Amino acid sequence: MLNYVWLALMIIALVVGAINGKLTEVTKAAFDMAETSVKIAFGLIGIMALWLGIIKIAEESGLVNILAKALKPISKRLFPDIPPDHPAIAAILLNLSANWLGLSNAATPLGLKAMDELQKLNDKKDTASNAMVTFLAMNTAAITLIPATIIGVRISLNSQNPQEIIGATIFAGVCATITAILAAKILEKLPVFLPAQPGRKELQTADVEKGQEGK
Amino acid sequence: MSAANVFSEVMRVISNLAIPLILFLIIGFGFFKKVKIYEAFVEGAKGGFEVAIKIIPFLVAILVAIGMFRASGAMDFFVKIISPLTNLIGMPAEALPVALMRPLSGSGSLGLVTEIMKTHGPDSFLGRLVSTMYGSTETTFYVLAVYFGSVGIKKTRHAVAAGLLADAAGLLAALFICKLIF
Repeated sequence: MLNYVWLALMIIALVVGAINGKLTEVTKAAFDMAETSVKIAFGLIGIMALWLGIIKIAEESGLVNILAKALKPISKRLFPDIPPDHPAIAAILLNLSANWLGLSNAATPLGLKAMDELQKLNDKKDTASNAMVTFLAMNTAAITLIPATIIGVRISLNSQNPQEIIGATIFAGVCATITAILAAKILEKLPVFLPAQPGRKELQTADVEKGQEGK
Repeated sequence: MSAANVFSEVMRVISNLAIPLILFLIIGFGFFKKVKIYEAFVEGAKGGFEVAIKIIPFLVAILVAIGMFRASGAMDFFVKIISPLTNLIGMPAEALPVALMRPLSGSGSLGLVTEIMKTHGPDSFLGRLVSTMYGSTETTFYVLAVYFGSVGIKKTRHAVAAGLLADAAGLLAALFICKLIF
């Protein structure tokens, strides 16, 4: 599906850009963002190394296993394909907690560690597994207990009560998270129920290939 | 002090303490279990560079496409098409670009939110609404690119659909709750 989204973004940008006479800006944006991407990735190296090092300690001490076992009642429902005491569960929990607390410096490395663990369980290495999609859907719907960025902006604009949006934000985040879980669970089972969606063909091929592997 | 302020103060303390506490627990437990802490850390940390390099092509693909889309002015066009629909559910026309931009670009949507709050005031209904919208979902496409990219996944199956459905639910829930309480 990302194929079609990507194609759509590019084609629309080029066509609408041409109509609006903004092709120069469009080209400039392309080069700027390419550079930004590398900056983001490089900015991640240190913090990624830090957390991967810390997690390695937690793995060797057995802490990761203890955490995974404690979470078994929840994780076996959310991620039935992951063995109950697999390190992936602990990494997922750490990532989601970091997200909820708004600790973005910790959340991304922990989340990538979770993806790495999930990939070890994935038998088609170029295709997303059900557990990955459920995890990412929950991640992108992130509940934020304290939306620090937006509160900062509100303070800078002299809001009388910059924090008053916290309750509403949590409510909306919870709704998004529930929808994320339901959507991931339903969509993973019902590929044929996406007729008009561009993701259909991709889903079916993925399913057929999976079926063949089972044989 | 209102309930929201107390809550936010408590959360701030927790957020500030969370990382030192986690570090202390992990390192302390490792020491207790006689793990060779320094060696384990260095061994694990080796992976950092590799992961960062691995996500570059995915990040370039997604961010370039989104950057071009934004620069082309296509967003205005989409707002025009979708606004009759969102008017029906009482979504203010000014908030619609924020809703559409949120899954695509974190900095882009933050810019829009800031602009709206500058014009209408942070304590207006619109200001509160866009603040809630911004705070209640993540930048879906960025997350998908980075997370899938880090393990080399190219076929993302239902991830985009599930992510966008969750975004839509979050944005609609933000509209609903803001109408209710503000």
